[in-house]
Amino acid sequence: MIRYIARRLGLLGVMLGGLVLITFVVSNIAPSDPAALAAGPDATKDMVETIRHEYGLDRPLPLQFVRYVSDLLHGNLGRSIQTGDAVADDLARYFPATMELVLLSMAFSVLAGVPVGMLAAVWRNSLFDHAMRMLAVSGVALPAFWAALILQLVFGVWLGWLPTSGQLSVATSPPPAVTGMVIVDALLTGHFAVFAEAMRYAVLPAFVLALPSIAAIVRVNRAEMIEVLGSDYVTAARAHGVSPWRVIGWLALKNAMLPTLAMIGLRFGWTLGSTVLVETVFDWPGIGLYAVSSAIASDFKPVMGVTLIVGVTFMLANLVIDLAYGWLDPRTKSA
Amino acid sequence: MSGIALRVAGRHGQFVAWTFAASASALFGLALVAGFLLLAAIGPSIVPYPADATGAMHLAQRLQPPSAAHWFGTDEMGDDIFTRVIVGTRTSLWIGLTITGIATLIGVPLGIAAGYLGGRVRGVIMRTTDVFLAVPALVLALAIVAALGPGILHGVLALSLVWWPGYVRLIEAKALTLRSEPYVEAARTMGAGHRWILLRHILPNCFSPLVVKASMDMGLAILGAASLGFIGLGAKPPAPEWGAMISVARSYMPDWWWYSFFPGLFIFLTVLGFNLFGDGLRDMLDPRSARG
Repeated sequence: MIRYIARRLGLLGVMLGGLVLITFVVSNIAPSDPAALAAGPDATKDMVETIRHEYGLDRPLPLQFVRYVSDLLHGNLGRSIQTGDAVADDLARYFPATMELVLLSMAFSVLAGVPVGMLAAVWRNSLFDHAMRMLAVSGVALPAFWAALILQLVFGVWLGWLPTSGQLSVATSPPPAVTGMVIVDALLTGHFAVFAEAMRYAVLPAFVLALPSIAAIVRVNRAEMIEVLGSDYVTAARAHGVSPWRVIGWLALKNAMLPTLAMIGLRFGWTLGSTVLVETVFDWPGIGLYAVSSAIASDFKPVMGVTLIVGVTFMLANLVIDLAYGWLDPRTKSA
Repeated sequence: MSGIALRVAGRHGQFVAWTFAASASALFGLALVAGFLLLAAIGPSIVPYPADATGAMHLAQRLQPPSAAHWFGTDEMGDDIFTRVIVGTRTSLWIGLTITGIATLIGVPLGIAAGYLGGRVRGVIMRTTDVFLAVPALVLALAIVAALGPGILHGVLALSLVWWPGYVRLIEAKALTLRSEPYVEAARTMGAGHRWILLRHILPNCFSPLVVKASMDMGLAILGAASLGFIGLGAKPPAPEWGAMISVARSYMPDWWWYSFFPGLFIFLTVLGFNLFGDGLRDMLDPRSARG
């Protein structure tokens, strides 16, 4: 196990290096002159040249790359033109809100996907099975931003059940920051009314993010369950008089774990990426909205910052999932 | 080909067509894709208000609800939304073809090189692919567009640049297994060169998984470009692109909901169509990987 972890960590190092190289290259394909951009619209030619020299932009690319990496290692991601703050500080401020949304949507997709997939397999070819299969197919094809607008319209405007934008109402003061995630902080500090309100605000965006993952998890669980139900040990358990629902519940849960875990690993990156769209529609103050508003203002230091943090988060999540996988299923370690 | 071989090939063709036709969802997908292609081909010449496609102005009839004259209502310029959505199919078609095309052209050679040559080449190519796959495509595309500047061409270019890794993975795995197939080894023992083996054995056998992936990616690429358009970094109004239309329409929610509803519905049906069609193709071309 230790060798497996060490090898996996080594791979992570290589991947991180690659990620940094990608963001460096992308920053350098910009047709606009970064020195002129940083100097502002009223700068004279001399001022631009001074800034170019100061930022090291007149040096050869390999040297610029070394400087870029050393800046990153010191936590310096540049400054946002829009907010005027250091990108690293902005990211620290907006990242928890995004994670809150992503984690909640992952929880939704497991809680809905596993039982629905199981039942669809048990009642195979029933009306329920067909209906769920239709839903699963549609879930993947739905444009997240459009689904978000339609759900806002139905549940926020027509029915008036749920709020449609932001994290909390303006009148509510957020709970004291512990993790930065409003829902978690409200729970930890015992502000239960704030917790309930925050959940109401998070339901729609988290659900939109969860839709394709629910579809994917339903699919794998249904297939897995069908296989398990046809296996010899299920027949044996039944022959020994174990009640059908106990067989289904126990075996399915055990067997659903691995494929569901793998699916979460696959969906995590997609969900993180889609926050860009969903946060835009719901005005959710996370890094997705931050990236979009910066990109529109051609302020690309923050966009690169978001790319880096999203990449690193995704890599770490995959590391955790791989390790959990290796622990649950020892065969994968040698692969 | 001899008579018997022809008959066998014919039987096989019949069987394949039967597998596809036996699946209602595959047929539904085929119908959606066919409808999409038909609209892309003849759409611009059958729409009721061709001038509205590129943004005419009829301020007297702005933001009207769906009616007999305007099936999908009108937008803030008074343009017919039905016309713009239909003409938008052509925009989406070339977006989808370009992105999948470029991704295939980059990904397939790299995948074959990695899988067939193996060794250090494979290590470098696969690690690079992994890094690209470690950043969600939409975020990386956003970063590239932010660097290049907004616009539909830049959006399509950005998506193409993040789309190829999936093809490398697919083709690499396939080429790796094909490399040690008995008939490939036999060809090698008989003195066949790399060129022959690649062109006669490896490439043709990569064809069906490639077609399946490409047909599913058509829908996803269109969705990706629409997402960039929605954010405001892809196509710019008045270009009739679905995502860009919804981007504008968003400010007219909730009172003028049909403005966002119809372009979104077309994105949904297109992606759904290509997904179901690709699923059906897979069951037909590659029965072993069919779902339970």
